Amino acid sequence: MGKPAPGLDNCRACESVLDYVGNTPLIRLKGLESEIGRPGVELYAKAEWFNPGGSVKDRAALLIVEDAERAGLLTQGKTILESTSGNTGIALAMIGAARGYKVDIVMPSNASEERKQIIESYGARIIYSSPLEGTDGAQRLAHRLCSENPKKYFYSNQYGNDSNWRAHYEGTGVEVYSQTRGRITHFVAGVGTGGTIMGTGRRLKEYNADIKVIAVGPAESLHGIEGLKHMATSIKPAIYDEDFPDAKVSVPTNEAHKWVHRMAKEHGLFIGLSGGAAIHGALKVARKLSCGVVVTVLPDTGARYLSVRF
Amino acid sequence: MTTVRIPTPLRRFTNGAEDVPATGATVAEVIEDLDRNYAGMKARLCESDGNVRRFVNIYINDEDIRFLQQLQTPVRDGDELSIIPAIAGG
Repeated sequence: MGKPAPGLDNCRACESVLDYVGNTPLIRLKGLESEIGRPGVELYAKAEWFNPGGSVKDRAALLIVEDAERAGLLTQGKTILESTSGNTGIALAMIGAARGYKVDIVMPSNASEERKQIIESYGARIIYSSPLEGTDGAQRLAHRLCSENPKKYFYSNQYGNDSNWRAHYEGTGVEVYSQTRGRITHFVAGVGTGGTIMGTGRRLKEYNADIKVIAVGPAESLHGIEGLKHMATSIKPAIYDEDFPDAKVSVPTNEAHKWVHRMAKEHGLFIGLSGGAAIHGALKVARKLSCGVVVTVLPDTGARYLSVRF
Repeated sequence: MTTVRIPTPLRRFTNGAEDVPATGATVAEVIEDLDRNYAGMKARLCESDGNVRRFVNIYINDEDIRFLQQLQTPVRDGDELSIIPAIAGG
C-alpha cells in the first residue's frame, strides 16, 4: 500500500479512492541542487504519480466530473466522452468506474499498449483515431461523436473546460504555496492542455505577483515528448493563454529522454517523458538564479512508457 | 511510385498535403526523395548520423521498418509509407 496523501486523516478510512486525488508530495531535488552549485537555489518537484490514477490528470478529470454533476450536465445514464493522449483517459476511466458512469475515450491508435490496457481494465471503451493526426485528430473525432450523439454523451473537453485549470487553481497552486511555506519564486510546468500552468500560475500570482511562471514545451513540431504540445503547429487549447507565462523553455526530445534516465538512475525518481522535459526546464531556470525556490511538476511515472523506445 | 502519408506536424512542409508521392527503391531513398521535394524533411526524421530518430516510427504498409531491414527495407511500386510520430499533449 502506498503512503496516504498528506492532506487526509490517515487514521481513518476514506469514503472513496477519489478522496486521494491531489495533496501530492513535494520532493526536494537536493542532488540536482548540488549539480547546479548555487547554494541559494532550491529545487522541488510535485510527484503527481501519487494520485490514484497515477498522473496529474486525476485532478482536472475529477473537478470536470464534479462540476458537470453540479451543473446537471452529467447525469446517471450519460457516457463521459474525452479525447486524450492517455493519462486523462485513464483518470476519467477510473472516476467513471468509481462513480458509475460509462466512459468512451478517443485516442490515436498508436497510443502505448499499457495505456490502452489500463483504460480497458477500468471498463472504459476506446475509440481509435488516426495515428497521423495525433491528439488534434482525436479531438476532432470526439467533437464529431458528441455532436452526432448529444443525448448520449457528456463531452468533458479537457482542452476547453475551465474546470481543468480550476482544479489546479483550487488544488496544485494552493498546495505548492503551502508546501514551500510561501517561499516559491519560480513555477515551471509543461503545457499539454495548459490546465496545470494556467491554474497553478494564476493562484500563485494572486498570492505573490512576483512569482514567475515558466512554460515548458517541445522544441520541434515532430517530437517524442508525450503529453506536451508544440503550440505553433497544434490546435491551441481554448483554456491556454500563450501570453500568460513570463517565459518559455523549449526542450529537445533527447534532453527530455536524458533526464528520464538520469532521474531514475541517479535520483531514484522513475518519471515520465513530460517530467523529463520539466526537469530540463527547471534546471534551465535555476541555473540563471543566484537565489530562489524553483518548483516544477512531474506529471506521471516512467512505468507508463515501458513500451516506448527512448 | 510510393505514397507517403504525412503526419500533422510535418504538413507545413508539404503545404498541408496529407499524402505525397515519392520515389526510391528503399526507405532511405524515399526519404532522400522527400527531402529533395520538401527541404528539411530528412532532418525531422533522421538523426545527424542518418538513423531514424527513436521517437519516429516509419511503416511500410502495416509493417514497422524496425522489424524489417530498417532504412534498407525495400520499397515496391504501390507501397504506402507512413510516418507516425509520438503522441502529443493532454
